[in-house]
Amino acid sequence: MSKFKKKTAVKQEIPTSSMPDVVFMLLFFFMVTTELRKTSIDVMQRIPEATQLRKLHRKSLVVDLYIGEPKKKDEGTDYKIQADDNFISPDEVLLWVSRKRDDLPEAERDLMTVSLKIDRDTKRGICADVETELRKANARRILYATMQAKENL
Amino acid sequence: MARSTPEIPNASMADIAFLLLTFFLVTTTIANDRGLSLILPPPPEAQQSQEIKIQERNMFKIQLNSSDALLVEGDPMDDVSGLKDQIKSFVLNNGTDPNLSDSPLKAIVSFKTDRGTTHNRFVEILNIIQAAYNDIYAERAGVTNARWREIASDLQDPENARLYDVGRGKKADGSLEIPMNISIAEPTKIGG
Repeated sequence: MSKFKKKTAVKQEIPTSSMPDVVFMLLFFFMVTTELRKTSIDVMQRIPEATQLRKLHRKSLVVDLYIGEPKKKDEGTDYKIQADDNFISPDEVLLWVSRKRDDLPEAERDLMTVSLKIDRDTKRGICADVETELRKANARRILYATMQAKENL
Repeated sequence: MARSTPEIPNASMADIAFLLLTFFLVTTTIANDRGLSLILPPPPEAQQSQEIKIQERNMFKIQLNSSDALLVEGDPMDDVSGLKDQIKSFVLNNGTDPNLSDSPLKAIVSFKTDRGTTHNRFVEILNIIQAAYNDIYAERAGVTNARWREIASDLQDPENARLYDVGRGKKADGSLEIPMNISIAEPTKIGG
């Protein structure tokens, strides 16, 4: 009988001494991969899916333009263009692009890519207006932001 | 020698780390600069307004109307699964079939939408067109489609740059044998 009793005396605690290490590891992962949110997005962003994605490697050369229905109801249901922190009309895109381009070093201005983050239900009309403005601004490298679709074409 | 060794209490370290972790978890946006890349044509004013005659056979017409219905070469299409192969055989026809393109150089995929077409449908079809071209390039470079897109995304690497030129058939004068001629026309104004 004494043999069995000894077995029940086994410690049942989870060792916690390595917990800080584990947490720090996670912390460093998030610190490295993080990109602090600069703007709060005020338009709907249900990004469509596609398979033929390309990746842009140089984050500094990418500027974001958001298009979609406003999240807040009192802003109406018209599709809006958001650049940085405010809504702009299509004819203000030209000015916005040239301001963004001036922020870049001179040698890299031609490499600027405009990432168009467009909500899936947005109509092509407003997107085409923006594209026309981008052509006028000579910011011709664009990217339609999409998510990776699962199925293979 | 009874010296008290100074010690920093480390029982709360895990708590502090958790707090920081939570902060980064909340503020983080994993960089998501992925999507369908495209180069827009030069501004409308800069283009010469001369009429350029393009033969019917060299145009592959894809149209989307305001209710997202698809028209390919004049015929309605519900199932898009065959569209990619259709585009591939159009581009790589090299004059064999009199209804399809003369050469990949002359082949143009014309993609026209309406102002009322949704962005989702637009991306779906654009994805298929780009998939057709990426397949052609990948096959010529002897890699898979996924690998081809990785190559195209990172041209700093000299080996990638070489394969990229092989795939697109870059000639000595800098022109391409198979340029990705996707023409996205000004949308029609029926819906919205």
